[in-house]
Amino acid sequence: MADLSVNFAGIHSPNPFWVASAPPANTAYQCHRAFEAGWGGLVWKTIGDPIVNVSSRYSSLDIAGNRMVGFNNIELISDRSIETNFKEIKECKKRWPNRALIASLMTDTKENWHEMLARALDSGADGVELNFGCPHGMCERGMGSAVGQNPDVMETIVGWVMEATQLPVIVKLTPNVTDVTRPARAAKKAGANAISLINTINSITQVNLDTMCPEPYVAGRSTHGGYCGPAVKPIALNMVQSCAIDPEVGLPISGIGGISNWKDAAEFIALGSTNVQVCTAIMHYGFRIVEDMIDGLNDFLDSKGMKSVNDLRGLAVQSVQKWETLDLHYQRIAKIDYDKCIGCNLCYIACEDGAHQAIALVSPNGQGLGPGRLPGKAIPQIKEKECVGCNLCSLVCPVEQCITMVDVPNDQNPLSWKEYQTRLASGKMKAIPAHD
Amino acid sequence: MQVKTKRSKQEVAEAMGEIEPCYRKQEAKVEADRCLYCFDAPCIMACPTGIDIPGFIKKIATGNLIGSARVILESNILGASCARVCPTQVLCEGACVMLDRDEKPIKIGRLQRYATDALWEKGVNPFPKKVKPNGKKVALVGSGPASLGCAAELARLGYATTVFEKDAEPGGLNRYGIAYYKMPPAVAQQEVKWVKDLGVEFRTNTEIGKDVPMEKLLADYDAVFLGMGLGRTHRLGIPGEDKAGVVEALEFIRWIHTKPLHEVPVGERVAVLGCGNTAIDAVTQAKRLGAKEAVIIYRRGEGDMTAYPYEYELAKKDGCNFLFHTAPVEILGEKQVTGIRLIRKQVGADGKATNVAGSEFTEPFDMVIMALGQEKQASLWQKLLPKLKFDSAGRLECNPATGQTSMPKVFAGGDAVSGGREVVNAVAEGKKAAHGMHALLCGKPVNGPIQASRLGHRDGAKGSGFLRPVRVPELEAAYKKERNAKSHG
Ligand SMILES: Cc1cc2nc3c(=O)[nH]c(=O)nc-3n(C[C@H](O)[C@H](O)[C@H](O)COP(=O)(O)OP(=O)(O)OC[C@H]3O[C@@H](n4cnc5c(N)ncnc54)[C@H](O)[C@@H]3O)c2cc1C
Ligand SMILES: Cc1cc2nc3c(=O)[nH]c(=O)nc-3n(C[C@H](O)[C@H](O)[C@H](O)COP(=O)(O)O)c2cc1C
Ligand code: SF4
Ligand code: SF4
Ligand code: SF4
Repeated sequence: MADLSVNFAGIHSPNPFWVASAPPANTAYQCHRAFEAGWGGLVWKTIGDPIVNVSSRYSSLDIAGNRMVGFNNIELISDRSIETNFKEIKECKKRWPNRALIASLMTDTKENWHEMLARALDSGADGVELNFGCPHGMCERGMGSAVGQNPDVMETIVGWVMEATQLPVIVKLTPNVTDVTRPARAAKKAGANAISLINTINSITQVNLDTMCPEPYVAGRSTHGGYCGPAVKPIALNMVQSCAIDPEVGLPISGIGGISNWKDAAEFIALGSTNVQVCTAIMHYGFRIVEDMIDGLNDFLDSKGMKSVNDLRGLAVQSVQKWETLDLHYQRIAKIDYDKCIGCNLCYIACEDGAHQAIALVSPNGQGLGPGRLPGKAIPQIKEKECVGCNLCSLVCPVEQCITMVDVPNDQNPLSWKEYQTRLASGKMKAIPAHD
Repeated sequence: MQVKTKRSKQEVAEAMGEIEPCYRKQEAKVEADRCLYCFDAPCIMACPTGIDIPGFIKKIATGNLIGSARVILESNILGASCARVCPTQVLCEGACVMLDRDEKPIKIGRLQRYATDALWEKGVNPFPKKVKPNGKKVALVGSGPASLGCAAELARLGYATTVFEKDAEPGGLNRYGIAYYKMPPAVAQQEVKWVKDLGVEFRTNTEIGKDVPMEKLLADYDAVFLGMGLGRTHRLGIPGEDKAGVVEALEFIRWIHTKPLHEVPVGERVAVLGCGNTAIDAVTQAKRLGAKEAVIIYRRGEGDMTAYPYEYELAKKDGCNFLFHTAPVEILGEKQVTGIRLIRKQVGADGKATNVAGSEFTEPFDMVIMALGQEKQASLWQKLLPKLKFDSAGRLECNPATGQTSMPKVFAGGDAVSGGREVVNAVAEGKKAAHGMHALLCGKPVNGPIQASRLGHRDGAKGSGFLRPVRVPELEAAYKKERNAKSHG
């Protein structure tokens, strides 16, 4: 059994799985249920001056019968009073002293920030998370992502916070920026203890073609919402790794965005997160999903001989480098396992129309029987000379491990674009001919 | 005992109700989403009419139901019937790649029904575009699936087409012969309407050779299609076949399609002689109509039955009984059937079934249904058209690719040519004959519309089931043999 406990910027939790600041973290009742289920920590639904929400708040992207592949909301921060929220945090912390309980905060003036911090301290919270990420509603009032998108303003506000509290401070970043390392560096400069990312992405998930208005529908209108759920995981991973590898950031990271199971979590940790936060998957299936997360991560660490989840942290960070460092001489091609192939020909049409015309459909005449069980049925065959190793066919193939990408060894030394440019310039090599 | 009706209106309606209802929206969506949208899909190769199956399923998945139905009817004007009556297990669904992934094949038949039902319900004309007449006229004999398939294709190519049908209503066996719980007659009637909407003219109650001489057709039309199907049920040639209570299976099934269901007469103890798909349809419907006991009597064993295994399963599930290795010797009774004298049969090493001496016994029955296969109409048609050629089994000979008979202007297809197959084969053969006529009369080959899910196939759309239909069970064995012999790679 590996040790799953983590120390995130001085905040201890028995496992790296935290409930993100969102509807599942709205009340003491939910907090109890989450901790009962086994969650290691919880970031309380963002507290601020109570807001008024609209009715009809969510919409989703569903793909081929899979519900909520992506999830969108137009909710604001907590609609409960500041007093109630802190009272309940206090109560929860008392009952669950060994779990991490974080107060997420959002307000405007220096005085208000200071007052909120005092209340957070009084509530017994283990730390605070500053919500500079909410991309709808709150930003129109100069808060949330309006701050997160402006590193200078953010630096000032984080500065106000740091001067007024001893609690660990996590800055929650918005992904609605061109370069996420800029606000991350600002947080660092202002003295924050950690960052968490990502908050939701600006989105419109769908247009109702009868009402000609997107969902969620509010009396004939909608608004730009915040997008999260499984579909945003790749974007979140990209941003997490960008911060993790940036020496000017150098802060512990709480990874968020599309995490639904232990595997997703392990990937975030491998790309530099210390812990992870989850919202949509809980909104979809409830707190019970943490059971498999704990179990699965444990087994995985055991299978890799890792004693602690901390051994996993950051292992993949350095493998992501600039394009110019990649080896131009490396070559792989597709290989079809005909014992697995079912003859759907999806690989063929994908390569033919969408890639490099490197798969032939071998003509039925003379070919006899093929996969797909019908005599005379054409079967795909990789034209090894033409295959550029793009992976597309292996991605569309509906049978697991049927198309694998195999290395083609060659006797050339590795050559990166960078080296290539230098050697070209110095006349040490000829230009690689263009594809015809 | 008198053969009479057995159940109340409501009871029969329930017992004879469709065994597979139309999918609900959610079911259809889930199933359609499961389809992989194969390119040059094997299911198409196994469809005798070559329907673009992934093409129509994809459209169901996106909610484009009218477009989906159009894809189906473009290839197969009886797509709504076929959705219900095709033996999909040995056709499209038997070829689905899902089977190789150890998953259930896509329910192509039920999805096809979902789309065509939607079109029907909405009352949309699938082919609103008027076709320019090409000035040629074709007459079609019979209005079964073969003629309907041919007429629809011809109409869409610009021919003036007239269908002559001796029966009161068009549709052939598809209208009068399909097991009621698979498909009620309203479906066949709707399809005839789609064909009419294409401009095809129907003359019912008109028998060629009697009401209108064949010569007249040959003189008045540029070409003639023969889709007259098969004739009456074979006789056994045993004493007592003329007694009251002895009916041909086709006659019995016809009652079901012409009388109110609760007025269809059926015996208390019903014997069905024969063991093909028709026999199964007859015994199952007799049971559902209220027979206390319905028994198939067959001279060979379970494994020799020509009925499809799932048809046999259905009959067993319905509580029908089977007397194997048994043959009738005499039908007993005064005027009305009271029973059958039977004899045990044994199958020798030579594969022949012979009588077991001294094994005769009698069973009481008050109704006997003869389901021994249909006669060919060779002798009748040889008289009407002496130049027509028939093979030794009485099947009308024609070029399988074009449907052309030994008389250049005369084309044929369907059961009359095949000796009895499926609705879908008849439609495909009718369609092929239409293409054959078009080549003859207008000198033009018909390259059907390019199917979206084969678009861009460099080697052309080979292997479409329409050009070269495959049937799965026959192939399974060959495939296994081949697979063992060589491995791909
Ligand atoms: C009991 C039974 C059940 C079946 N169940 C199925 C099933 O579940 N699924 C399936 O796919 N197939 C089934 N079949 C087979 C299918 O019905 C036939 O293969 C198909 O109908 C053949 O079509 P056809 O056009 O060749 O002939 P038919 O459908 O027999 O049509 C021939 C038509 O020609 C008319 N005709 C004949 N002579 C003349 C004339 N001289 N002048 C004018 N009109 C004439 C007849 O009245 C008839 O309407 C079944 C068959 C039977 C007998
Ligand atoms: C309905 C909803 C409300 C949210 N409210 C907050 C909030 O009040 N404060 C906050 O910091 N993040 C909020 N979030 C963002 C989540 O905490 C989280 O960053 C985001 O959903 C990505 O994680 P996920 O893909 O696991 O859902 C909210 C998300 C949703 C779906
Ligand atoms: S890897 Fe790319 S180029 Fe090679 S066969 Fe597959 S799709 Fe074509
Ligand atoms: S996509 Fe995979 S299963 Fe389908 S034909 Fe290609 S290799 Fe075979
Ligand atoms: S073979 Fe099966 S999965 Fe492939 S297109 Fe046909 S129905 Fe769909």
